[in-house]
Amino acid sequence: MSAALSIENLRVEYPDGAGGVFVAVDGVSLDVAKGEIHALVGESGAGKTTVGNAAMGLIDKPGRIAGGTIRIGGIAVDPATGEAPGVVRGRDIGAVFQDPMTSLNPLFTIEAQIGETLRHHLGLDARAARERALELLRSVGIPEPERRLSAYPHQLSGGQRQRVVIACALSCAPKLVIADEPTTALDVSIQAQILKLLRDLADRTGIGLLLVTHNMGVVAEIADRVTIMHRGKAVESGTVRDVLAAPQHPYSRALLGAVPRLDRKLARFEVPGEGGGDTAQAARTKIAAQARDEGQVKVSEKLLEVRDLVVEYRARGWLPGMKGTAFRAVDGVSFDVAPGEIFGLVGESGCGKTTVAGAIAGLLKPDAGEILYRGAPVAAKGGASRRAIQMIFQDPYSSLNARLRIGTMLAEPILFYRLAATQAEATEDAAMLLNAVGLPPEAAQRFPHAFSGGQRQRISIARALAARPRLIVCDEPTSSLDVSVQAQILNLLKDLRDANGLTLLFISHDLAVVRQMCDRVAVMRGGKIVELRAADALFETPEHAYTRELLNLVPRPERHGRNGG
Amino acid sequence: MAGLLLSRLLQAALVMIAVTAVAFAMFRFVGDPVRAMAREDSTPQERAELAQALGLDQPVPVQYARFVGRVARGDFGISYRNQRPVTTLIAERLPATLELVFAATLLALGLGIPLGVMCAIRPDGAAARLVQSISLIGISTPTFVTGIALILFFAVTLRWLPSFGRGDIVDLGFWTTGYLTGSGLRSLVLPSITLALYQLTLIMRLVRSEMIDALSSDYIRFARARGLPKSRIHYVLALRNALMPVITVTGLQIGSLVAFAIVTETVFQWPGMGLLFIQAVSFVDIPVMAAYLMFVGALFVVLNTAVDLVYAIVDPRLRKAKG
Repeated sequence: MSAALSIENLRVEYPDGAGGVFVAVDGVSLDVAKGEIHALVGESGAGKTTVGNAAMGLIDKPGRIAGGTIRIGGIAVDPATGEAPGVVRGRDIGAVFQDPMTSLNPLFTIEAQIGETLRHHLGLDARAARERALELLRSVGIPEPERRLSAYPHQLSGGQRQRVVIACALSCAPKLVIADEPTTALDVSIQAQILKLLRDLADRTGIGLLLVTHNMGVVAEIADRVTIMHRGKAVESGTVRDVLAAPQHPYSRALLGAVPRLDRKLARFEVPGEGGGDTAQAARTKIAAQARDEGQVKVSEKLLEVRDLVVEYRARGWLPGMKGTAFRAVDGVSFDVAPGEIFGLVGESGCGKTTVAGAIAGLLKPDAGEILYRGAPVAAKGGASRRAIQMIFQDPYSSLNARLRIGTMLAEPILFYRLAATQAEATEDAAMLLNAVGLPPEAAQRFPHAFSGGQRQRISIARALAARPRLIVCDEPTSSLDVSVQAQILNLLKDLRDANGLTLLFISHDLAVVRQMCDRVAVMRGGKIVELRAADALFETPEHAYTRELLNLVPRPERHGRNGG
Repeated sequence: MAGLLLSRLLQAALVMIAVTAVAFAMFRFVGDPVRAMAREDSTPQERAELAQALGLDQPVPVQYARFVGRVARGDFGISYRNQRPVTTLIAERLPATLELVFAATLLALGLGIPLGVMCAIRPDGAAARLVQSISLIGISTPTFVTGIALILFFAVTLRWLPSFGRGDIVDLGFWTTGYLTGSGLRSLVLPSITLALYQLTLIMRLVRSEMIDALSSDYIRFARARGLPKSRIHYVLALRNALMPVITVTGLQIGSLVAFAIVTETVFQWPGMGLLFIQAVSFVDIPVMAAYLMFVGALFVVLNTAVDLVYAIVDPRLRKAKG
C-alpha cells in the first residue's frame, strides 16, 4: 500500500531577480500515510506553504521544482508540469485554504461552486450534482443544507464557509487533502469544530491529510506526525508525541518555547538572543524619567473608568436622514483600569472587544454610558486624555503610512503635542524611541516597506510611546505575527510597562497570550462582560460556563498526543 | 430592492429639478427672446404684446412652474432658428445618434473585454505588449484626429467607405434606421470606430487591471486547486468579478458618448443630436440648447440608476438579505 503523499528531497527555487536563485524549499522529505494527518509546521517564510503548493501542482512561474520527487498515491509527479499521469487536481487531491472569507467566489452560489467541481470531474448532470452537494454539506455538518445550497458566500459565517470549502475539497472523494492553515482565520470554538471534522474525515474515510500550520496547539490536537521547517529545510520530523515532548533540534526547542502557555504564567517568554542590550535599557530609563516629569498617578487612583458603555452601529436608512436598524455592538460594559496594570479583554470575533477599544481611544462615539480618564470624560476635545491614551493596531502592514519615513512618523506626535521645543530635539527623541523598542536609530531614515512584520509592530509601539501616553490600547497587537516574533513583542510590552509604569489595555482573542500578559481579565460575549477577575483566578477556576467553554476549546501544545493516538 | 429603487428615483427627481432650473435660467439670462423673435422694425407696443403672449410679464416662479409643466408634457418650445417644435427636431435626430452610440458601445465592449482578458492572462506575451502600446495611442489621440485620419485613409485614398452622412436610411415611422441598408451600415463604420476607440482602450485597460487582481485572489487559486478548466476559471469565475467596475464605467461612458458625440458627428457630418446642438449654439437657439441640456441630464440620471440596479443584480452582496 503506497502512501497518499510521499515527498523526497524536494527542492523549489525562485529566481531572485539578480540572476541567482532563492531556494524556498531545500531537500524536504515527508510521507503522509492513508488516514494520517501529517502536520507541516514553521514560521512565515519557512517554505511550508510552498511544499503544499508543490504537491498540488500550484507552483507559479517563475518558481520551479528543481529537484526531488513527489509521489501521489505512488504515482510520480512530473516536475516540469506539476502533474502526475492519472492524478487529477480537484478529483484526487483536495485543497483547503486559510481564509474562508476569500476562498469562495463572492458572485456564485454555494451550489454552483460545489456543483461545478462535480460536473467537471465526475460528469454528473445538474440534478445528480445537487444531490451529491447536499450529501456533502450534510457530511461536513452544515445546518439546513437545502437552504444553504442557494445561498451566496457572504450569507454564511466564517465557520460555515470553511465547511463549504472542505465540502468542495472532498467532493470527488480524494485520497489526499492539503489543508493550508485551515483554522487560522477562525475563532477558537469554530476552530475546534473544524479540527474535529478533519480528524473524523481522516479516521473515517482514510484520506491522507497534509496540514500546513503555524499553530503548535493545532498540531498537538489532531496531527499524528509532524515535520518542523525552518528556512526551507526540515529540521525535525517524527510523531507528534515525540517531537512536542522532547524536541531535539535547537530551533524546534526555541519555537516550542515561544508558544504562550495556557496552563501557567511565566515571567517572560524564552527568546534566544533577545533583550536589546544596554542601549535599549538606557533609552527605556530615559522614557521612564520623562514620564515621571509629568507627575505620577497615585496607585489608588483609577486611571480609566468605563461606565455602562453602549455603542451601536446603524445601517443607513434608504432616505437621507432616516435611521436604519441598529446593531448593539457593546451593551452596557463597565470596568476600571488601575495605573500600571495590564487589563485584558478577550472574546471571539464579533463580541465587541475592538469596539470598546475604539470608544476608549476616541475613534467611536458611545451611544450611552461614559468613559472617564482620571475622572474626566475622554471624548472632550483638547482634553488631557487625547495624548495620554494611545493605540496599537492589529495589522502592522496597514497601520503605518507607507509614504512617510519612520523618523517623520515618530516626530509627528512629538511636535503636535509640543513635547519637544525644536525639530532637532524631536528627531533625538525619535531615535531614543527606536532604541527603546530595540531598533537601530538609522531606522528613522527608512520607509515602512523596509521592515518585517515584527519590526513594524515595534515601530507602531514606538509611535504610540512618542506621545508619552499613560495608557496604551493594544488591539490584537500580535495576532498577525509569528510565535517567536510575538514572544519578542510581548516581552517588549512587559518591559515597557515595568520600566515606565505604563498601563495597557490588552485586547486579544488568544487566551494563552492574555494569560501570559494580563493582571486582570474581562471575558466578553455578545457585547457584554460575562466574567471579570484576576487573571490567575480566571484561568485556574473559571466561573462562567462560557469562559470554561473557551478555555476547553483552545488547542494546547502541552496536551500533545491526541486521544488514543 | 424596492427601497433602493424608490430612493434612487427620489434622488433622480431632485437632480432633474436642478437641471430644469438651469435650463430655465438660460432663457432668462442668455439673450432676450423677445428681441430674437420680434421683427427688427417692431414697435415697443408690439414687443410688449409678444412678451405677454410668451408669458414673460409673469413673476419668475410662475414662469418656472409653467416651464416645468410644459417640459413634463414633452413641450420644449419652438426653435428660434427653424421655427419648428424642438421635440420634433430631437425626435428626428435622436435615432442617428443612438444608432451610432449603440454601434460604438458594442464595438468597445466586444473588443475591449476579450483584449483586456488576454492582456491579463499573458501579461508578458507579444500580443499583449502590442495591444498595450496601441491602446496608448488610442487613449492619447484626440477624436477629431482619429476621425480625419480614418477619412483620409479609408474614404479618400482607398475609397472603400463613405466619409460623411448616414447613407440610405429606412423610415419605420417612429424611427429612422441605417442598420437595414448596405450604404447605411458602410456609413456607420468609420464614425463608430472613431467614437469607440477611446472607450475601447479604457475598457480594455480596466478589464486588464481588474482581471489581474481577480486572478491573484484566493478564490481563483481555490478554483485552480479544484482542477477546473482554465477557460472556465478565466472567462466565467474571474471575469465576472472583474466586470463590476466595467459596468459603472460603461454606463457613464454611454452617457458621455451620447452627450459628446458632437466632435465625431461634426467630423463625419452625422445628422445626429450633436450636430443639432452645434448648429443651435452658433445661432443662439436657446430652446434647442435648453432641451439638449435637459435631455443629457435625464440620460445621465437614467444611466446612473440603471447602473446601480444592474450592480445589485450582478453582485449578490448588494442585495438586501431576505431574513
